[in-house]
Amino acid sequence: MTHYLEFEKPLAEIEGKAEELRALARTNEEMDVEGEAAALDKKAAAMLADLYKGLTPWRKCQVARHPDRPHCKHYIEALFTEYTPLAGDRNFADDHAVMGGLARFGDRAVMVIGHEKGNDTRTRIERNFGMARPEGYRKAIRLMDLADRFGLPVVTLVDTPGAYPGKGAEERGQSEAIARSTQKCLQLGVPLVSIIIGEGGSGGAVAFATANRVAMLEHSVYSVISPEGCASILWKDAEKMREAAEALRLTAQDLSKLGVIDRIVPEPLGGAHRAPAVVIENVRKALDGLLSDLSEKDRETLIKERRSKFLSMGAQGLAA
Amino acid sequence: MNWISNYVRPKINSLFSRRETPENLWTKCPECGSMLFHREVSENLNVCTSCDHHMAIAPRARFAALFDGGVFSTVPVPEPVADPLHFRDQKRYPERMRAAQRETGEHEAMLVAQGEIGRTPVVCAAQDFSFMGGSMGMYVGNAIIAAAERAVESQSPLILFSAAGGARMQEGILSLMQMPRTTVAVEMLKEAGLPYIVVLTHPTTGGVTASYAMLGDIHIAEPNALICFAGPRVIEQTIREKLPEGFQRAEYLLDHGMLDRVTHRKDMRDELIAIVRMLMRLGPAVRGDLPAPDPVEALAKPAAPEAPDTRASEPAEEAKPE
Ligand SMILES: [Zn+2]
Repeated sequence: MTHYLEFEKPLAEIEGKAEELRALARTNEEMDVEGEAAALDKKAAAMLADLYKGLTPWRKCQVARHPDRPHCKHYIEALFTEYTPLAGDRNFADDHAVMGGLARFGDRAVMVIGHEKGNDTRTRIERNFGMARPEGYRKAIRLMDLADRFGLPVVTLVDTPGAYPGKGAEERGQSEAIARSTQKCLQLGVPLVSIIIGEGGSGGAVAFATANRVAMLEHSVYSVISPEGCASILWKDAEKMREAAEALRLTAQDLSKLGVIDRIVPEPLGGAHRAPAVVIENVRKALDGLLSDLSEKDRETLIKERRSKFLSMGAQGLAA
Repeated sequence: MNWISNYVRPKINSLFSRRETPENLWTKCPECGSMLFHREVSENLNVCTSCDHHMAIAPRARFAALFDGGVFSTVPVPEPVADPLHFRDQKRYPERMRAAQRETGEHEAMLVAQGEIGRTPVVCAAQDFSFMGGSMGMYVGNAIIAAAERAVESQSPLILFSAAGGARMQEGILSLMQMPRTTVAVEMLKEAGLPYIVVLTHPTTGGVTASYAMLGDIHIAEPNALICFAGPRVIEQTIREKLPEGFQRAEYLLDHGMLDRVTHRKDMRDELIAIVRMLMRLGPAVRGDLPAPDPVEALAKPAAPEAPDTRASEPAEEAKPE
């Protein structure tokens, strides 16, 4: 069953009608509905194109959070071979909101790390909706460190509403864990490439995305705060999330203008969830290009360039 | 660094603070409700004389109390692009900025200064909670980078006083990017082998805690300071239970291993001097306020910061600003 987003309701009606007609035809052989159904398909396709032509920032947030959107696990399964998950922070626990391990991307051995949100009630709870606790960041630090010592490039797939705001997470040093993870990103003498595949939620995202190259999927978002959170603080009204999403400039297109990201990876019409195979192929191409760009650089250059990339970031504002 | 250069350095910085004399002579302690004579409170470094509650203190007032003789020079901070996102909520961001500048008399939410504490050259940066909640935007990032660069240039330690509600939302993603940017600043200090001391003051939250405030070589907090990533209200909403007393306060963090020390503001200066001098492999500090220098003597014999100075007559007393 397709999950329709709120703004896709008119589309849902048309696509639903076409489906109903076809279902009717299946039970009643005399009926010829194909002509009518095809017309509806055409109408739906036009509407889909229209809806996605100029998605507002708030709509992009909804697409980025779409329950059927391909998540970290899908990308890891599709893009890598010999994926060997590595678990635990060697301290307290294994955080299932963060997955990672050794893997092969083409011929290259890499370390892949990402937030995983889960796809149904059971896995969402198991993955804590992609909200990592300190152990998740500490696991990532450990894996990045391992990659660094053995000269493997690191690929991070970012998809998190943010770090988990829980009692235990705070007690065990959520802030420190995030800060150390960002610091580890900056210390890596190997290429670090980050792709924001859904939600880049605040510090929880930065901790993985302080990378040599940062790419974003066309309809993903990356922000200091959720539009709802921003609206409730600055507008004193959580319902003003549309305005907040607009003001925050959290879309891939705006972030590219601001010079915060290096590349936008196109999504199929209607968003990544409508054709996962297509978006996975696009990510493969982007990742291959980004890793190749960096493969000849030595340790010092990678560290130096990563630092100066962030030091100079924002200097131009929207004129970047 | 000798007495003369110290002595003739313009004192303007430390002598003026536009908020020094409010019309209201009384301050109410937000913790115990005592009505306190304003001058008494400011002489006590904004600590309640009745319950020891540490109220906010402006960076200039803190620096005046911290640096030897209240003398310091400010370190210039590169000006970022104003209102980079053309942000507008119920007000325009530039309007909010102007209002904060009017209210505080300051330009932005962080002040960087250089001077000596216990005759030890240091660079200090302090966040100003009264300026838009001390929020971290491009300017604060630039200030921390400038502070680190100055520390490296002058081979001095950096002492940073944090106080912030978090990132400055009006700068959107660019405020978030201050987390990696300020971490680069921390890396510069680390590489140069210079101490980076963080003093966490009330409140230090959000992206500020999750970047430069938790990356110090030494973490000291002021008593009862709220220090967290997610604020208590957000957590209570998430987990739907009441949080224990003192949760996310300095003493709680000390118990949970996130801090080295919790130190009363009146003891902070001496403690910082001791720590910094040991980390810099210098001899024990000269305690007490320094007497006015004899210009001739000072010219002939510049005080070496390494050597304990026998001229100090006062026992371990705070150097108080005038
Ligand atoms: Zn009090």
